[in-house]
Amino acid sequence: MNGEHVKTILLVEDNAGDVRLTQEAFRDANKTVDLRAVSDGVAAIAFLKREGIYVDAPRPDLILLDLNLPKMGGHEVLAFIKNDDGLKMIPTVVLSCSDAEADIVKSYQLQANCYLTKPGLLDAFETLVKSMSDFWLTTAELPRQRQIA
Amino acid sequence: MKPIFPTTLLLVEDSPGDVRLTQEAFRDANQDVHLHVAWDGTEAMAFLNRQGANLNAPRPDLILLDLNLPKMDGREVLARIKEDENLKTIPTVILTTSEAEADIDQSYRLKANCYLNKPVELESFEALVKSINDFWLTKVKLPQQRQVG
Repeated sequence: MNGEHVKTILLVEDNAGDVRLTQEAFRDANKTVDLRAVSDGVAAIAFLKREGIYVDAPRPDLILLDLNLPKMGGHEVLAFIKNDDGLKMIPTVVLSCSDAEADIVKSYQLQANCYLTKPGLLDAFETLVKSMSDFWLTTAELPRQRQIA
Repeated sequence: MKPIFPTTLLLVEDSPGDVRLTQEAFRDANQDVHLHVAWDGTEAMAFLNRQGANLNAPRPDLILLDLNLPKMDGREVLARIKEDENLKTIPTVILTTSEAEADIDQSYRLKANCYLNKPVELESFEALVKSINDFWLTKVKLPQQRQVG
């Protein structure tokens, strides 16, 4: 019924270098994805709620969320997504530099779908993005509901 | 830091054939996995809550949950896990033959961490178990919080 549509990924990341690397890693993994990036938590919420300049924003199939973000932190964004009936189904992957157990446990408490640590080395980062996209975009079944309730 | 403990998995599955195949596939993929099996939903909850014969049951690092189960349905098990303050942080992956949109969406709404479709062919099933191992047990940071209550 839904056919194969190009998957939309919302990347919430304030580091321009990491955004670039993520884009390139998807390209190298041969994944045709519509990758949209926003650089702070407030913009992420506006994108998801289609407010202001994001009035025509697509509903993402998957969200990649950094934790340390300006304006509104990643945990707060995660709590917002998972408490919103229209958004809570969207798989939200935390992708953070933090290896702290407190950040990991708190993310799962707030119902992150999974937690990944961003490696410092470029090769390892590319490998991680590749296996994340292989798993979530190819192996896993994503929610089918397209409209925002 | 590598975890000091072996990885403990709880497989909630009523089909002896699927249990056997999952055990064998994990044995091939990762020697450090301790796979525990609950054959129905009631047994799964008793294991997680350390009731009856499960007094010394370990806290699983990851739960693989079938949807169609005797006694207590997988959806009910999922809802109970994710409503329990103590259990909700355990990543719970749905592993089912159902490809129904209603099951996928409902599982994500009930806070499943991920939904996987169990393939019928043996080789595809083995490949799926391998990718669960490669992604969830290798790349993902699981919560290390060991104590229950």
